[in-house]
Formats: sequence, structure tokens, C-alpha cells
Amino acid sequence: MIRNLDQIFVLLQHWLVSFLAAAWQGAAGVLINAAAIVCVFPALFAVAVWLERKGLGRMQNRLGPNRVGPYGLLQPIADGIKSLTKEDIVPLSADTVVHFLAPVLLVVTAFMGFAVLPMGRNMVLVDLDAGLLFYFAMGASTELAVFMAGWSSRNKYSLLGAMRAVAQMISYEVVLLLSSVVVVMMAGSLSLTKIVEAQNHYTWGFPHWYIFTPWGLAAFVMYAIAATAETNRSPFDLPEGESELVAGYHTEYSGFKFALFFLGEYVAMFSISGLGTTLFLGGWSAPFSFLTWVPSWIWFFSKLMLSIFVFIWMRGTLPRLRQDQLMNFAWKFVLPMCLLNLMVAAVWRFMGDGWLRWFVCSAILILAYAGMGWSELRKKHIGPRSYRYAE
Amino acid sequence: MLGEGILKGMAETARNFFGSYFSADRMTTVEYPEQRIAAYEAARVFPFLVYDSKNPEDAADWEAGMRCVACQICEKECPPKCIYIEKSTDKKPDALGKPQFYPTRFDIDISVCMSCQICVEVCPFEAIKMDTEFELSTDDRFGGLLLDRKQLAKSNEYYHQIHLTEANGVDARLAAEKAKAEAKAKAAAGAAAAKATSVAAATAGEGA
Amino acid sequence: MSQSQTHSATVTDKLDGQKLDGWNRPAVIEPDGDGELLEVAMGPHHPSTHGVFRMDVALDGERVIRLKPVFGYLHRNHEKIAEGVSYLASMPYTDRLDYMCPITNNWAYALAVEKLTGQEVPERAEYLRVILGELTRFQNHASSIGFLIQEMGASGTPLMYAFREREKILDLFEELTGARMMVNYMRFGGCRVDASPAWLDKTRRVVEGLPSFVDEFDRLLSSNEILMARTQGVGMLLAELAVNAGVTGPMLRASGVNYDIRKVDGYGIYNRFNFRVPLGDHGDVYDRYMIRLLEMRESLTILQQALKDIPVGQVMDPKAKIRGFRPKPGEAYGRIEAPKGELGFYLISDGGPNPYRYRVRPPSLINLTILEDMCLGQNVADVVLIFGSVDIVLGEVDR
Repeated sequence: MIRNLDQIFVLLQHWLVSFLAAAWQGAAGVLINAAAIVCVFPALFAVAVWLERKGLGRMQNRLGPNRVGPYGLLQPIADGIKSLTKEDIVPLSADTVVHFLAPVLLVVTAFMGFAVLPMGRNMVLVDLDAGLLFYFAMGASTELAVFMAGWSSRNKYSLLGAMRAVAQMISYEVVLLLSSVVVVMMAGSLSLTKIVEAQNHYTWGFPHWYIFTPWGLAAFVMYAIAATAETNRSPFDLPEGESELVAGYHTEYSGFKFALFFLGEYVAMFSISGLGTTLFLGGWSAPFSFLTWVPSWIWFFSKLMLSIFVFIWMRGTLPRLRQDQLMNFAWKFVLPMCLLNLMVAAVWRFMGDGWLRWFVCSAILILAYAGMGWSELRKKHIGPRSYRYAE
Repeated sequence: MLGEGILKGMAETARNFFGSYFSADRMTTVEYPEQRIAAYEAARVFPFLVYDSKNPEDAADWEAGMRCVACQICEKECPPKCIYIEKSTDKKPDALGKPQFYPTRFDIDISVCMSCQICVEVCPFEAIKMDTEFELSTDDRFGGLLLDRKQLAKSNEYYHQIHLTEANGVDARLAAEKAKAEAKAKAAAGAAAAKATSVAAATAGEGA
Repeated sequence: MSQSQTHSATVTDKLDGQKLDGWNRPAVIEPDGDGELLEVAMGPHHPSTHGVFRMDVALDGERVIRLKPVFGYLHRNHEKIAEGVSYLASMPYTDRLDYMCPITNNWAYALAVEKLTGQEVPERAEYLRVILGELTRFQNHASSIGFLIQEMGASGTPLMYAFREREKILDLFEELTGARMMVNYMRFGGCRVDASPAWLDKTRRVVEGLPSFVDEFDRLLSSNEILMARTQGVGMLLAELAVNAGVTGPMLRASGVNYDIRKVDGYGIYNRFNFRVPLGDHGDVYDRYMIRLLEMRESLTILQQALKDIPVGQVMDPKAKIRGFRPKPGEAYGRIEAPKGELGFYLISDGGPNPYRYRVRPPSLINLTILEDMCLGQNVADVVLIFGSVDIVLGEVDR
């Protein structure tokens, strides 16, 4: 019974496919799975939009939307209808084909990343041996869509915004990859299903998730920073900041195309959180060995929504970083830490089991972080100040 | 250490997030129009004209009981000049019995009025006071925000409802004035009567 | 003679080796690269220009080469209107100058007229003026910090906290004066209505709750690394340039100049209160933000003292004239330390019921004249921050 609940979607798919002839079953199975992904994640997008507005509201001591439907639950539908009924304005001098394709490409490549994420036991759309590589290839393609949007608008401000966004995303792509490489090193495989299975063991009830190791925690923190920058979320949302001079790459988009950009951003957020969950938080595995009776897909989606909540939390608290500060941070601070983390992971592996490796690895990482942080702030004369009073 | 300030900030936000479910201090939203805050007594929005009605049930009593004597002081002192008054040609007796002019036209353009309350301050007859009603939006943009005499006239009972202490003070002042006027009138009548009786006694004395 | 000495060019290390001309202003920056400047107009429709305000900026890449502020979009003829109405009738118009701080506007105007006529103000009225003035200063600084952080992109969270406290203060104003913002409270020779003991108790309770809010604000913001990285070293204003340009208020004190009109003039009864004047050392955006935070704390000190010592008495001389107020011919300049700077009213009376000349010295406008010099050579993303740290209100700039 528990196993059935865990595999309920797999069983459902098998049942649906059984209505067709044997020759069609393979393709139909994949199509059904893909359709499920395309239906579930936009629904989650609506939930995330609602969660964001209510969450930000509560953090700011106010209610979020609460007029449209009970507790404002129909607000995303209202927003969707609004964006569908707006006039679709395309600038006269814009490159119409590219202008049209940019949001389409963004959404398509954002959805492609879900193809390799294991959302539950036996619930991967395609179990590739190089799943992680495929994911990063798709993630990099979203940057192309951003640039297409800025270029085709024939608006110098959009172009500037797009170039800034692409520069930011490329810098943090490097960080993203390097922090994932540590996991690949330790798990020994690029396949996401194998990475999850490597974490699905328990010692004294505690899981072997990579986040519970020093190098894993460091890698997770850097992955989280890079993920926030990749999806242009606060505090790295200068390219789409409303109070900035340059208006952003999606200035010339209105109506449904703008909604598609918005959808693409949130779907990218889901997919990158999904990858982070898979790599560091054990994917669909339960946090304690006595909780393995809860279906695996529930764990995956709970961890996903937790990550979304942390994104919203950061958005509500932190001001934006300026473009040059953000790039400096990536190249001069996070990247060296990433490389150091690779070395620390190697040290971890070759030191063998025991408490000593915990101590040594943690010490190296903490000292390096504190030292680099202190020197970065010192260099720029940034720090808390004390004030004098007049006599 | 780097990141400490950020974490402190995030802890503060989390405190507010969870606090908003439990403490009223962290969720101060009043869901208007279902919930409303009671107005303070001193609140002021737009002016209205006070009338003393002998019969509070009779709404048509307002014209007779209006305290305004069309002295036009409020019209002169109003900073944005939103009051327009036309004086009558005849007089009618006021609360003290003295014949006074009255306004045949008293318009306030509330789209111009800035709620400064100077008209209330300068009125010598306690005739114009500040109302607290603010849900006055209308779709008639030409006359909808121009309140005329009838719309402005509200009873003294209504004034007591919205500004109780102030209204009591006004009533006390007016009653004191009335008592003083009556005492003066009685003294004058008494003096006149005494003079009349003394004259009558003198003529009677002379006659007899 | 001494003029030529100050004209010699000096280079200080405070502006990162940037050359300064004789007036200690940054010398005109030559654009490098192929020399074509990007000219942008920020505003008047812009989410972060505090009102209708335009800045014509010429950029070389990301650096600002030229910046011209354009204002006047909110000009409402305040000074000319004042020449046509009586002195009393100008009082509600002063509410609308710096619409975040109507009490201090009223106070400055009342001070100017009292100087013109030589009227005395009863002691209880002076205490009430101080209490309301410091409450106004508190909510203005809180809102100003909130707006500054909002422009930095923190999606308005500190702003909402500041407004939560501001609501409490506005409720106090409504209970006393009848209106939350456009209070029209000061009169020449005192205050319009007296405060009941219930109101004073309520104020004491509100003031007791405010220090924890300032602590919360401090904890949320002051050691936030992103905030420090964005604001420290940005938009520096040297003390000499600030003094030459006539900058006043927290901006001047953040540059290190000890000039607070409450201490210098001692108007009202400020010399009875024990409060300190915080000074900054660098004159950058972070200093201005911190000076405002520290001034909020000092306001609370003053409030606690004033609420303790307020005497009983009347708030206005009953024989003071409201209508038909004709001061003798003469002129007077009354100034106070408004939350934004030195707010002054210059009145010339010719003996009639209306002033002959009525002039407002708007601190926001005069602080704004130095905007270009602060922004030269800075990143364009910082222009919005520097502008926010000047803390202007367009009602005062344009009158």
C-alpha cells in the first residue's frame, strides 16, 4: 500500500499507456510524462506567485492579496487573464521573428531541464547517463533567450539590460558548475538518479545527504548564491530592477509574452531548486529513516517549495547588489572558494573515514571563508562604523 | 564575519513573518470597507452648517433653525475661497430673538476645500462646524462635489453625535449667551417697568 | 586676498585621488572611450524620484559625466498665493510644502510671524511644539530611511516597518489636531488646541514603544553587508563644499560640520533639553543614513524629557488676534531645524493684512543643488541612491 502510494504516478502512467497498442506504448509513455510535467509546473508557478505575494506581504506586516477568491488564491488566475487580454505591442523597428521567439525559447529551455530531474523513485522522464551535463546545457540556453529579447527590441536600454543580465548569468554559470562538480566527484557519476541513490542511505537514522558534509555545505551555499544569480532573483536582480535606470531586457514586451518571461523565470527557479535538491538535499529521499513511508515525490516537492520559500525570504530582506559588485563577488570571492572546495572534497575522500576528516575539512573551509571575507571588506574599506557626537 | 549582517536581517524578517500571524502589532491591516476604524473625535473632513431644530423628527425644520447669519466672515477668511454666500434681503429672528439676515445661498466646493478648519475658527455664531464624513465620491464631476445649503445643513443632534465634547461646549456657550441676553432684557424690562410705574405713580400722584 | 588662497587646487585622498578644483568640486571628468555620451532623462515618471522630478544624465558607459536636475513640475505658486491672502490663511498652505512634516513647516512660519510682531508664546505651547516637532522628525527620518532602502531594492520591507510606526504617530496627530497630515496646528502666539492629559498619556505610551523599533531597524540594516557595500564610499560630500553650497540638515552633519539650528539658535525652549548632535566623518550615503538613525534616537531622548516636564497652562493668549491681523511694517526671518535641513520663512510686512513678500527657504531645493557634484564619476546605479540620501520632498523644492 505504501509502495503503491509512492509509485502512484508511475502506476497511473502504465495504466494509461496500456490502452494503446504495443508499438505506440513507448512514445505514448514519454508523451504522457512530458504532458504531466508541462501541467504540474505551471500550476506550481501559480502557487509560487501566490506564495510570493502573500509571503512578502506577511514579512512586511501586511496581508497579501486577499480579495480575489478565499485568501487571494485566485489571484494568479486573475493575473493570467489580465496578461492575456493586454494588447501585444511589438516595436515597429524590432526584429519580429527574434522578438517572437525569445520568450518561446526561454520557456522551452526552462522546461527541458525537468527532463532529467528525478522527482520520485522511478520518476525521471529520461534517465540519461550524463543527466547533469544535459541540464547545464539547457540552463545555458536560457541565457541565449535573454540576449535575443534584448537584441530584437532595438532599444538601447533593453540591450544594455540584456547584456548586463547575460554577463551576470555567465559569471554565475561557472560557479554553478564548479559547485556541482564536487558532487559529481564524490558520487562518481553524472547521472542524477545515481547521485540521489548515493545519498539515500542512513546512519543512526540520519541521511547521507551531501549537505551534511563540510564540503557539501560549502558547495550548497555557493550553489544557492549562483542559483539566485542565474534566475535573476533578489539580491541579484539588477537587470530587472524597477528603480534602476536601465529598464531591462523585457521592456518591449507586453501582454502574454511578458507573462511568458515571468513564467520562464519561475520555472527556471523551480528547475534550479530541483537540481539543488537532487544534488545536495538527497532528491526524493526522506530526512530520517523512520520517515521513509512517506511517498518520495512528496519529499521532493516539499524540498522544492522550501527552496522557493527561501528565495522569497531573501527577496523580502536583501537590497540589490550593483552590477560591478555582483561580478566582483562572483569572480573574486565565490570562484576561488569553489576551487578550494574541490580540493577540500579531495582531502575528504583521501583521508578515509573518521572524525579527523570532519575537523580538518571544516577548519580549512571556515578559515578560508573568514579570511577572504575579512580581506575583501577591508580592501574596500567597508565595515561598521562608530559615530562621534558634537561637543 | 561576512554574511553575519545578512543573516541578522533575515532573522528579523522571519520574526516579522511569524509575528504577523500572532501579534496585532505586526499585522496592522484594517480591511476597509468591511472593517472600519472609529474616527477620532477631533477628526475633520469638510464643513457643514449647524441648525437647531425644535422638532428633531421634522427634517424640513432646518431652514428655520440654521444658525448662520450670512456675515460672510468665513467666505473672506477661507484660504482657497471655496465658500460662496448670497445674503438675503429680509431678516428672520435667530435663537436669541434678534432679527438676522440668513443665507439664501451657501455653496461649498469640496473639491477645492482643504479642510483647514479656519472657517470654523472665525465663525462668531457657531454656525459652521467640521463634519467627519469622507465617503463623498460621486460620478457627477460638475455638480457632485458642490454642496449647497440643503446638503450642508445638519442638525445639532448630528453635531453631538460626531463631536460630543465640542458640541457640549458650544451648547454651554450659547446657553450662557442666551442667559446673559435674557438677564439683560429682563433688567431692561424691569428698569423700563420701574420707570413706567414711577412715571404712572408721579402722574397719578399729580392727578390725585 | 584670502579668496585666492582658497582657490588653489587641492587634491585630497578622500575622493579616491579624484582631482578637485579650487572650490573643492570634482573637476570636469573627461569621458574615455570613443567619446559618445549616452544621454538619458530619468523621470519625471520614475518609480524612485520621490515625486515628479527629472534628471538629465549624460553617461560614459556606467559613469556619470553630467547631471542636470530639472524640477518645477509641482510648482503651485505658494509664495504668490501668500501675497494675496491673510497671514492666517497661509498657514494651511505651509502644511503642503514639505508634506511629510507639516508640523515643522507650521512652526517655522509661526516663528517668522512671531518675530515680525514680537509675540510671546506660552510655555505649555512651546513644550507642545517641541513634542510634535520631534515626533515629526522621527517619522520623517524613519520614512526617509525606508525609501532609501526601497530604492536599493529590498522590496520595501524596511519601508513598511517605518510606516507601521508612522501610523502610530499620525494617529496621535489626528487625535490632537483633527487631521493626520495637514495639521494646521500652530498659530501666531501658540498652538491652536490644547492637548488633553489623555493624549499626553497616549503619547508617552507610543514613545515608550519606539526605541525597540529603532533597535529593530538597526538590527535589520546597519550591519547588512550588501547595504554597506552599496552605500559606503558612494556620493561623498566634503565638508567645505557642503558649507559653500549652503547645505544644511543631516546631510551637512554627515559631512562632519557641527551645525544644528536647535543648538545654534536655541529657538523655542530647545536649550532646556539634553540632546547630542551626531556627526559623520565621511559624508557618504551610509553616513547620512546612520546620522538619520542616530537623530531618531536623539529625538526620542528629547521627547521623553519634554513629556516629563510639560507644565500646565494655556496654549494661546486668548486676546491674540486671529482675524484682522495686521503686523507693523518690517521684515523678519524665522528658521528652524526641520527634519530636512534649515527651513526658513522670510516675511516683509507693509502694515496690511497680507504680507508684501513671503519667501520660503526650502532645504530640499538648496540641498539638491549639490546633487551633480556628488554624482560625478559615480556609477549610474548609485545616482538613485545618492538622490535618495539627499531626502527631498518635491512639494518643498517646487513650492
